Amino acid sequence: MIPRAETAPIVGSEVRSAAGVRRGSESTVWSKVRRERWMYAFVLPGFVFFVIFRYLPLLGNIVAFEDYSPYLGFVDSPWVGLDNFRALFSSPTVGSALINTLIINGLQIVVYFPATISLALLLNSLMSPGVKKVVQSIVYLPYFIGWVVLVSVWQSVLGGDGLLNHLLNSHGLGAVNLMTNPTIFKPMMVLEYIWKNVGWGAIIFLAAISKVEVHLYEAAVVDGAGPWRRMWHVTLPGIRGIAVLLLILNLGNILTTGFEQILLQQPGVGAPAGEVLDTFVYFQGILGGNWGLSAAVGLFKGVVGTILIVAANKAAHALGEQGVF
Amino acid sequence: MAINAGAAPFWMERPSLTSRIVKAVALILIVTVMLFPFWYVLSVSLSSERDLLGANVALIPLHPNLGAYTTIFQGAVVTSALEVSIGVTAIGTLVCMLMTTTLAYGLSRTSQVPGTKFVLILVLGTLLFNAGIIPNYLTVRYLGLLNTYASLIVPGLISAFNLVVVRQFFMGIPEDLTDAAMIDGANPLQIFWHIILPLSKAVLAVVALFYGVALWSDYFGPLLYINNTAMWPIPLVLRLYVLQGQALSGAEQVGQPLPPAQTLQMAVVVIATLPILFVYPFLQRYFVQGVLSGAIKG
Repeated sequence: MIPRAETAPIVGSEVRSAAGVRRGSESTVWSKVRRERWMYAFVLPGFVFFVIFRYLPLLGNIVAFEDYSPYLGFVDSPWVGLDNFRALFSSPTVGSALINTLIINGLQIVVYFPATISLALLLNSLMSPGVKKVVQSIVYLPYFIGWVVLVSVWQSVLGGDGLLNHLLNSHGLGAVNLMTNPTIFKPMMVLEYIWKNVGWGAIIFLAAISKVEVHLYEAAVVDGAGPWRRMWHVTLPGIRGIAVLLLILNLGNILTTGFEQILLQQPGVGAPAGEVLDTFVYFQGILGGNWGLSAAVGLFKGVVGTILIVAANKAAHALGEQGVF
Repeated sequence: MAINAGAAPFWMERPSLTSRIVKAVALILIVTVMLFPFWYVLSVSLSSERDLLGANVALIPLHPNLGAYTTIFQGAVVTSALEVSIGVTAIGTLVCMLMTTTLAYGLSRTSQVPGTKFVLILVLGTLLFNAGIIPNYLTVRYLGLLNTYASLIVPGLISAFNLVVVRQFFMGIPEDLTDAAMIDGANPLQIFWHIILPLSKAVLAVVALFYGVALWSDYFGPLLYINNTAMWPIPLVLRLYVLQGQALSGAEQVGQPLPPAQTLQMAVVVIATLPILFVYPFLQRYFVQGVLSGAIKG
């Protein structure tokens, strides 16, 4: 649209000095601004929101370089340079929180992705639209259930006082501890995550599958490919782009793990098994008053996340995929 | 939408019996795993004490009664938390939708409105980073929002993801429609209200559901920003009674024994879940339509 604006004054008189043209185009920018003043009224509230609640808080990361105390404030709190980061990298608790985070996220990527893709393939292979619809509405449902409800529901079935242990007890078998067991805490977190999200995650793959060109399948049939080979050679390559895209987004979040989910259940298994970076920040900073260190952890997490997402995107481009941006 | 396409194409072979059996078993298994926990919770909440005694398992309440629910609603704690949650969710969803749709519309013609491209980049940038828990907390604190209901709504007014979805949909609305209205003398506010919004019902329904669900089930927000337990919404009350096992106080009735703690707890879970189950069927048909129009095309 910009070219149109710049040619407008020239149409009026071909013999204009360069300065005149520039003034002319400037005035069209302003006249555009004036003509579209309504649009600015639409943008303004949202713009203010993003500045105050998404960009201004970035300045709050200055806390990571201070021995911050809420009573002294940003300005008067003593400046400690990189001390908080030195503490961060030498702290064993931060280290174990980092490792826990990476393990949970790694498991999640390895198990959750194939699960969503398999579910999408299964749903896609259903012949009856009615059955498909019913199954879809059921598997999407847990996505809309909050973590508190979800954990409560799981406790009631698998928890120490739940259905499973009731059944085991009444048959004279010993109780099993699934929900507050440090050794299986991480797989349990991944299972809960899958239960909640697998259906919703499948939507996007279902859509991608539906966009695979039909003539590719037809050609494969002509070449004698059965259902499995069609899946392997047509469907899966057809959804690779989307899979890569989602993988990139996940990599950007590799240091962020279902915060609400783990905050709820970490007290049950204790910090060594259950602490992740986000809960560390919450317990140390907000509750413990260790503002500087926890802000440093948060900043570290944010910076690494941003670098990872940009790098993963670059890698995707290098591999010939579209990427996120 | 091809996702729900009916008949199989002519070249597709009839699936073999074994593959159909395997699929059916897989589906039954998946559906059971997804639904059974909800069924069990509901069933326990309706059970009477006899159903839970000894080795009994409340898969089906043999002596169903609503005792747990009446006890809960006679007490003050859950009812007031429900009021808070309903209020915050209703008002919050409305304000979030207003903020999101206006910004999405304002950013829907970046090439014609100078400066809005910059705002769009600013918004998209927030998909890549997050200031972190501590800075966000300090922001809310410095704005004087601690211990206000506003703190549960304002920090999440616009989700960049939802904005992209809505904007993408707005951009797909043919310009002829808005141009015609413009020639008839409508101003952008009228165009927005009478043309853009009514044409976008599907996507607005889904985005409203996202905001509503997020507000309804948010527990970190109130945990972080609200110290006064009298102002707690339902997720925090749920956490206290069900996960931390505290006894439901203020629910005692004179001269009548309390229902078993387990049924009370499960009744709170049901109460916290019910509103979502209630709106879900109405909005469900818009999911694919609404979500994909924004996500995939973009």
